[in-house]
Amino acid sequence: MTKTISLTLKIWRQNGPGEKGRLETYPADDISTDMSFLEMLDVINEKLTLSGQNPIAFDHDCREGICGMCGAVVNGRAHGPEKGTTLCQLHMRHFKDGDTIVIEPWRARTFPVIKDLVVDRGAFDTIIQAGGFISVNTGGTPDANAIPVAHQAAEKAMDAAACIGCGACVAACPNASAMLFLGAKISHLGLLPQGRPEAARRALNMLQAMDHLGFGNCTNERECEAECPKEISIVNIARLNREFFKAAFFSDQT
Amino acid sequence: MNWLKQTIWSSIGKKLMMAVTGLAFCGFLAGHLAGNLTIYGGKSMFNSYAAHLHSLGPLITVVEWGLVFFAVVHIGTGLILFYLNFRSRPGRYAVNKWAGGRTIGSATMPYTGILVLAFVVMHLINFHFVDKGQTTIYQIVLKTFGNPLYVAIYVVAMIVVAVHVSHGFWSAFQTIGANHPKYMPLIMVLSIAFSLAVGFGFGLLPIFLWTVG
Repeated sequence: MTKTISLTLKIWRQNGPGEKGRLETYPADDISTDMSFLEMLDVINEKLTLSGQNPIAFDHDCREGICGMCGAVVNGRAHGPEKGTTLCQLHMRHFKDGDTIVIEPWRARTFPVIKDLVVDRGAFDTIIQAGGFISVNTGGTPDANAIPVAHQAAEKAMDAAACIGCGACVAACPNASAMLFLGAKISHLGLLPQGRPEAARRALNMLQAMDHLGFGNCTNERECEAECPKEISIVNIARLNREFFKAAFFSDQT
Repeated sequence: MNWLKQTIWSSIGKKLMMAVTGLAFCGFLAGHLAGNLTIYGGKSMFNSYAAHLHSLGPLITVVEWGLVFFAVVHIGTGLILFYLNFRSRPGRYAVNKWAGGRTIGSATMPYTGILVLAFVVMHLINFHFVDKGQTTIYQIVLKTFGNPLYVAIYVVAMIVVAVHVSHGFWSAFQTIGANHPKYMPLIMVLSIAFSLAVGFGFGLLPIFLWTVG
């Protein structure tokens, strides 16, 4: 027998970018505790649509916690209160009957709201374009283990590469800083031999891009690390700082 | 030298300035505390410590101006960061909750910092910019802490400094890139230990002098 709960939802509604938004209240009755958070929103949207109202806009794609598309601030917590989960992997069994849930979009100057809970995270793409890549000439496929990579380095790079670019770090940061995102990308590429040739240029250009976009400045509050659905550590931010100092003070790059 | 300007004015550059000047102030606090503990040795010990310190002459002046310069950098950069970080989130959340990363120290850094600045100004007026011709520093200190209001202000101020340092100390290491699984736990413990040493070390002195005087 499926357990059901009834909730009161307070959801941020905003018609378009730059428009004034407001929290609106919706009842959510008979919600199965087996549902995911997004399925719960699907149910609400179905009811809204049938009654001729505008459904709530929210981003989503894989619903498996790996694509980084979904995300909202639930009761003041990015991706909700569960550790190491995206919003789509948050299940309604974590809520109690009669709960009031406040759902807001990521809030940052750099993430303007497109509609309701959907924000434009194009700023992350701009940061990646500034240096979040390696340049490889095309040609024949190289042998798999032609370049030796230490197991430890591969593990650390993989931990950083787990970043799905969802933006929860920016949303959770009291300063709306993107340092965990940047730290993850710098670590992911910089820890591997293929990423070293461009490491200095990458660190300087990506940081410059981030600063110009208007993200906040990291003050080591550690909220990003606590909210990251992939549990990426701030050790990666320290590594980013080191890479930046190395590039700024000791490399030929300007 | 364009690269230097770019480096220093980048977000990490500003953090670096906060970290380096902040760590220097931690060093100053340690030295100041060590000197102040001579108060427990009594009047002559404290006065002779002060005399020894002043006998360093020009060296003291250099250090004083160095501290003033560091303070200008630390406070100036801090205020710029405070403004930039405020600006980076124009729409506030309706519900704010800590996820477990923030501490009282980290969440109050700009506010405790401004309070410490106000305290330092008062502290300098109390003990630095006073006429020491007819009296000794021990007598000035004893007279000041004969007033329970000053005792209370100083004790509260030291708690504020301890809270500020509890985040600042480890945070400075993280900023300069010194985060390593082998020694970060030690830095975190040292951060707490140092803030407790500052809080109790300085904070108990006014109470002690009040009871003595």
